[in-house]
Amino acid sequence: MNKISVKNLNLWYGNHNVLKNISLDLPKNQITAFIGPSGCGKSTLLKCLNRMNDLNEECRITGEVLLDGKSIYHNTDVDTLRRRVGMVFQKPNPFPMSVFDNIAFGPRTHGIRNKEKLCEIVESSLKSAAIWDEVKDNLKKSALALSGGQQQRLCIARALAIKPEVILMDEPTSALDPISTHKIEELALKLKPDYTIVIVTHNMQQAARISDNTAFFLLGEAVEYSPTKELFENPKDTRTKDYIEGRFG
Amino acid sequence: MLSSIKNRISYFKKRPVALILFLITWSAAITTVLAIAFIIAYILAKGLPHITPSLFEFKYTSENASLTPALITTLYITLFSLLLAVPLGIFSAIYLVEYSKQKSPLVKLIRTTTEVLAGIPSIVFGLFGYLIFVIFLKLGYSVISGSLTLAIIILPVIIRSTEEALLSVPISYREAGFGLGAGKLRTVFKVIIPSALPGIFSGIVLSSGRILGETAALIYTLGTASGVPKTFLKGGRTLAVHMYALLNEGLYYNQAYATAVILLLLVLIINSISAFLVHLKTKKLKG
Repeated sequence: MNKISVKNLNLWYGNHNVLKNISLDLPKNQITAFIGPSGCGKSTLLKCLNRMNDLNEECRITGEVLLDGKSIYHNTDVDTLRRRVGMVFQKPNPFPMSVFDNIAFGPRTHGIRNKEKLCEIVESSLKSAAIWDEVKDNLKKSALALSGGQQQRLCIARALAIKPEVILMDEPTSALDPISTHKIEELALKLKPDYTIVIVTHNMQQAARISDNTAFFLLGEAVEYSPTKELFENPKDTRTKDYIEGRFG
Repeated sequence: MLSSIKNRISYFKKRPVALILFLITWSAAITTVLAIAFIIAYILAKGLPHITPSLFEFKYTSENASLTPALITTLYITLFSLLLAVPLGIFSAIYLVEYSKQKSPLVKLIRTTTEVLAGIPSIVFGLFGYLIFVIFLKLGYSVISGSLTLAIIILPVIIRSTEEALLSVPISYREAGFGLGAGKLRTVFKVIIPSALPGIFSGIVLSSGRILGETAALIYTLGTASGVPKTFLKGGRTLAVHMYALLNEGLYYNQAYATAVILLLLVLIINSISAFLVHLKTKKLKG
């Protein structure tokens, strides 16, 4: 079953055609990886899925993105969309507030004021993001005092706190050390049964390790999209083959 | 210690240009410090001996140039001008940074206007305030006329510093806020502004410094009356204007120096309180 369908999506920054006629379906409760060299449009496509590109004044989009069969660009409230489609960014970006307030920010935004309810959400989100044991005694401490890996897991917890259906991860481990990277990958696999996850990565091993499906992008085109095992072991397109064998990129 | 000096000397022997640059930077820094130290020492030496209880009597008479009325007026003017300019300035800056289209001609016009406003000599503001507030609006020499005039003077300072503070908040905080489905309003007011508070605050402190030191713009709007203004429609004089008046009359030079000491003290107090508050806030943000 498809959670998100992208149909004939084109995107321009000014006159530059960044995404060219992209169509692909992202299955529910699976991990889909976007790979490709820098500037291929993979992060831009990810940001189309929760309309983060709206922030850019120069950006123009045609085509459709469907979430559960309904357009996210027409007749959809963007804040509701982003509550359903959460995002984790390339660099950990906790707010300059306490750990508790970071996690509670989303639920508070969406109207939850009850203190007990908030405590419950904070605890369960931190547990799901596998960071509860490290911060449970310091919930009042500033989140900026945590290490980079902890900050990134905190950001994942913060995204989980608003109970999204989809989690978009934009190169979530590129700023982290191998041990933290491993923890985040484990976490993604653990979250898979409950969420639909889309991960952009420049690390092909990472895509191979955790994803069910992989899309390879080049110069704004989706060159190849197939189950991960197939794409890495038996690429159909020569450009995909060249890329995964390390001939460019 | 000694060996490090030796190292340095042998280093400079090989690189004479480095020695010259080293001397220039050091002498520039020392000149700056000395200039301030000299001014402070001079004022303290001239003023401290003349700080007497009579200087703080509530009433100003021609026999006793008491500074209490001026001190009270200074506080009135400072508070009132800040009250007028701070909300206006902060909200303008929020509009400019967070809401306006960055390339629109209107925004460019507003930016240019604030910069020009910041560069106009204060006597021009004084004349403007006199013609508009004192004469045209018939507010007379009053706390209101003075505060309105000063509010215009400090507005660009507050706008600029708030803009800088907002711009220095990382884009990633905005992305995080929007990404969680918090709209612009909530992201700006719950995340961006709290992070920018130390910077915004330093702009307010800078403005209070400007208010404390202003004379030209006040003489023609607040006037030089020596008593405590009974209502905001009455005139008065701030400490700086008081000093100017004393020096102008030439009868109370010593009291003028004493007043300068008090003014200096006031600036010092405001600066330390704000530094302390900024420190608290930063500590809370950074952990």
